[in-house]
Amino acid sequence: MKHGKKAALQALLLAIGVTFLCLGALRGETATVLSKAIKLCLECVGIG
Amino acid sequence: MAKKFSGLSQAISRSRTWIQAGATFLTNMHLPNFLKGQLYQGPGKKLCVPGLNCYSCPAASGACPIGAFQAVVGSSKFSFSYYVTGFLILLGVLLGRFICGFLCPFGWFQELLHKIPTKKFSTKKLKALTWLKYAILLLMVVLMPMLLVNDVGMGDPYFCKYLCPQGVLEGAIPLSLANTGIRSALGSLFAWKFTILLTVIVLSVLFYRPFCKWLCPLGAFYALLNKASLLQMKVDKGRCISCGKCARVCKMDVDVTKTPNHSECIRCGMCVNACPTNAVSFRCCFGQAENKLPAAKAPAGLTGKSAE
Repeated sequence: MKHGKKAALQALLLAIGVTFLCLGALRGETATVLSKAIKLCLECVGIG
Repeated sequence: MAKKFSGLSQAISRSRTWIQAGATFLTNMHLPNFLKGQLYQGPGKKLCVPGLNCYSCPAASGACPIGAFQAVVGSSKFSFSYYVTGFLILLGVLLGRFICGFLCPFGWFQELLHKIPTKKFSTKKLKALTWLKYAILLLMVVLMPMLLVNDVGMGDPYFCKYLCPQGVLEGAIPLSLANTGIRSALGSLFAWKFTILLTVIVLSVLFYRPFCKWLCPLGAFYALLNKASLLQMKVDKGRCISCGKCARVCKMDVDVTKTPNHSECIRCGMCVNACPTNAVSFRCCFGQAENKLPAAKAPAGLTGKSAE
């Protein structure tokens, strides 16, 4: 992949990553992550 | 401009065990919880950690990205997680599978098991199995929690529930030792997952990082971004003498001189340390700077062949 195209792709992916992160945080996904992460995950430990 | 840090690359590679230990500790800072049999419930758990680390580990400092993705996708409120996806894209574009090689606790666990002195087996002929992790990512992590939902629109975290051995190692075992209620609740699902954990443990003794190569959906995601990441492996063609030491020392079955940023490369730096001419290094920049100098001819002693 040529230098310019690769740099553009990297910049685009970084922008997408930051945008998605902020969008997800703004629409309240972090609260869902937190509520799951602070409780015992019964599926993870094999209780179901 | 590309920056090549030959000396720094070697320093990083040689410090890898310490970096892995440090990353494992930072990912699991709340050690007293192992004795209390409880989980950290602070705001740090809104943040995802970079490696595979169950958030039901008593010491876990943050959320597992794979578990968090399934939790959001499987909730009745959302059908896709921009937050976790954005986090993974960001980390993947910055570091690629360097995260696997340096920052993942379960990767380090497999490496420690592999140090147990037994006969070791090559995975070179098992490369087809590396595609399995992409199928697990697509099916168990993304599609199943999204599509297989109950009447109220909630889906199970299928990877966590049926496959992930880290949940048993870090969650079920320490919690059941500290808590009789949890211990008495373990049943057939735990037995299945414990069998998977035992299998991964045995395979890790015999093969190098089998879970990373064949099963880990997080590694699969970072692998997709290995070629695009800012952190790259670089081979200086002017210094490379084609001795093949880098390919022989690589336990991920990658020849860095041919495919420097192969999706299976976990950027562990073994090739950096093995290279007799310091031709291999980490580099970090936008784009791709090509080294157009011709390869030097190898002295006889270094290649094992007689000089012409």
